Amino acid sequence: MVTSMETKDRQGFFGNWGGAYIPEVLHQTFQELNTEFRRCKNDPLFWQEYVDLMSTYSCRPTPLTHAENLSQYFGGAQIYVKREDLNHTGAHKANNVMGQGLLVKRMGKKRVIAETGAGQHGVATATMAAKFGLKCTIYMGEEDVRRQRPNVFWMEKLGATVIPVTDGSRTLKDAINEAFRDWVTNVDDTHYVLGTVCGPHPFPEMVAWFQSIIGLEAAEQIIRYHGRMPARIFACVGGGSNAMGIFKRFIPETTVELVGVEAGGLGIATGAHAARLSGTDGSPGVAQGYKTMFLQDSDGQMKETHSVAAGLDYVGISPILTDLWEQGRVRFESATDNEVMAALDLTMKKEGLIPALESSHAFVQAFKEAPQLSPADAIIINMSGRGDKDIFTIAHAFNDPSWQDFIIKRGLEYSQKK
Amino acid sequence: MQLEQQLRDRLKNKDILLMTHIVLGYPSFEINRQVIRQMVANGVDCIEMQIPFSEPMADGPVIVRANQQALKNGTTVAECLIFAAEMAASYDIPFLFMTYYNIIFKYGEKAFLAKAHEHGIKGCIVPDLPPEEAASFLQLAADYQIAPILIFAPTSIDERMRVLASYANGFIYCVARRGVTGTKSVIDQDVADYLKRCRQATALPLAVGFGIQDRADVAALIGLADMAVIGSQTIRLVDEQGPAAVGPFIAGLR
Repeated sequence: MVTSMETKDRQGFFGNWGGAYIPEVLHQTFQELNTEFRRCKNDPLFWQEYVDLMSTYSCRPTPLTHAENLSQYFGGAQIYVKREDLNHTGAHKANNVMGQGLLVKRMGKKRVIAETGAGQHGVATATMAAKFGLKCTIYMGEEDVRRQRPNVFWMEKLGATVIPVTDGSRTLKDAINEAFRDWVTNVDDTHYVLGTVCGPHPFPEMVAWFQSIIGLEAAEQIIRYHGRMPARIFACVGGGSNAMGIFKRFIPETTVELVGVEAGGLGIATGAHAARLSGTDGSPGVAQGYKTMFLQDSDGQMKETHSVAAGLDYVGISPILTDLWEQGRVRFESATDNEVMAALDLTMKKEGLIPALESSHAFVQAFKEAPQLSPADAIIINMSGRGDKDIFTIAHAFNDPSWQDFIIKRGLEYSQKK
Repeated sequence: MQLEQQLRDRLKNKDILLMTHIVLGYPSFEINRQVIRQMVANGVDCIEMQIPFSEPMADGPVIVRANQQALKNGTTVAECLIFAAEMAASYDIPFLFMTYYNIIFKYGEKAFLAKAHEHGIKGCIVPDLPPEEAASFLQLAADYQIAPILIFAPTSIDERMRVLASYANGFIYCVARRGVTGTKSVIDQDVADYLKRCRQATALPLAVGFGIQDRADVAALIGLADMAVIGSQTIRLVDEQGPAAVGPFIAGLR
C-alpha cells in the first residue's frame, strides 16, 4: 500500500489532506521552521539527543504493561497497555514538547507559546520552557480553564502566563486561533509549540515524528513479551498525536489493525460529540491552517463539539490520520461519555491503572473487541495519559458524593477565611 | 485589469484613496446598508465586505467579535451574496469580498467566483490562502475577472514580494505591521521603508491596512501608498455611536 507518511507532490500534503494555509506574515517563519526541521530530521545526532533527553528528564522508554486481569476478564486477546501516563507531566504530550524545545534552542528563539485543551500540553510546554529558560504564554479556552483549574495552577507555578480565551466556543480551537494571533504579532522571537499533529505543514509531520518514539518502543516491547506483532492497536484521537505516535511504526506492518477512537460524547445521534471520521458528521474543510475533515455546517462554519474529555473536544483531526482513514489503513470508532466512565472504573478495579478520560476512550473500544480475538493474540492500548491528576474532572464525572462534600467543606473554609 | 483601472481613474483626482471594511450581518444587514450609504456619500473609493467565518484567525478582537455576532444573528453565505449584489448594483464604486478560505472552499471555488462575478464583485481577499495553495482559485478568479488581492507583510522578503506580485491583480494589500487587525499602527520610518520595498516589487497600486484609524494616519500614507484601509475603526464607531457617526468620520479622514 501507499503510505503517505512522508509528504509528497504538494508540500505538506498527505494524499488530499494537510497543506499550509497560513497568513502571509508567517511565510518567512515557516520557511525557517521547515529548513530547521528538515536539518534535524536528517541528523541522527538530533534524534539521539532527543532520546537521551527523554530518558533522563522524562521516563522513556515507558513500560508496556501486560494487563493480565483484564485479559482474563474478557477471555480474549492478551491486553497490553503502553504507559505514556508515566511520562513527566503525566502524558505523551511531553514527547512533542521536549522535541520542539530542542528545535527552539537550535533556532535561537527566546519565547514559546502554546494552545492547550485539557491542560496537559500547556503544563508540558511550561515545564519545557522552565527547563530551557524560555518565556512562555499558554492560551486556553475559558471553558477549559474552568474545567481544568489544577492544570492552570501548575502552569502558573511553572512560570507560564495563562491567557483564558473568551472567543467562539472558548475551547481548544479558539485557543489555537488566539495562539496564531500571538504568533503573527511576535513572530520574530517566538515559536509556537503546536501540541498536536494538526495545523499547517510542517507541524503534522513534525509532531508525528517526535511522537513516533511511542510506537518504536512498543514494537520492540511487544516482540520481547509476546513474540510477534499485535493483532490490533487502540488509541484515542483528539487532534491525533498519541495515535500517530503509536501507529506510525506499525503502518507498514499490514497484519496490525490500527483503531482510532473518537469522542462519541452524548452519542453520535445527539450531535453532542467530536466524531470527525467515525459517523457521517464530518466533511472536508480548510481551517486553522490545514485541510482535513471538520465538524462544520453547510456554510463551512465550525460546530460546537462535546466530550467528557477536554483533550478530545476538537473540530478537526490530523490530516495524516484522515489520509490513513481514506486509504483504509486506520479504522475509526467512537466511545460515549458513559462508556468511558465504565471502562475507566473497570480498569481501576481490575488493574490498578488510572487512565485519563481521553485515554479511556481507547480502553472502551479495546474492551469491545478483545473477546472476539484469541488468547494467542495481543492487542495494545495506548494509555496516553494518567487520570489521577485530573481528580476534579473525574470525581465530577463520577458524580461522587463524598468528593462533593469535601469540596463544599473546603469551599466554606476558604470563604470564611476571606 | 478592471479593478486596477477603476482605482487608477480615481487616483487622478485624489492624493490617496480610501477603502473601508464591513462585516456582513453585523450588527445587521440593515445597518450595513446605512453604513455603506454613508461611506459612499462621503467619498469612499472601495469597500471590502467580509463574509463572516467562525475561525477568523487573522483578525483582532473587534472584527472577531463582529464575525461571531453576525453568525449568532444567523447570517448565512447565501444572504451575504444577495446583499453584495444589491450593493454593487446600487453604487458606482468597486466592492470586494473578504473572507477565509473555508467559506469559498465549502461553497465551491467555481460556484463562488461565478456568483461573485454575476453580482458585480471586483475582487477577493482571502488572508489564509497563500498562492502555494491557490492554483485553482487563481485560475478561476482570472476566468471570472475577480481580482485576487494578494497580501504583503513586513516579514515578506523582496524575493517573496515579487513572487506574490506575479499572482496578484487589482492592487496589493500591504499589512502595515506584524499582528492582527485593529491595533493602532504608527506610520514611522520603518513603515515608510517597507512601503518603498513594496513599491519596488510591484507596479500595482498599494493599499495599506491594519491599524489605520484617523486623519493623521491617512495623511502619513500620502506619497507612500495609493489607498488607506480603514477596518476595525468604523466597526468600533458604529458600536459606540451608531451608523450616523460613520459619515462625518469618513468625511474627516481626508
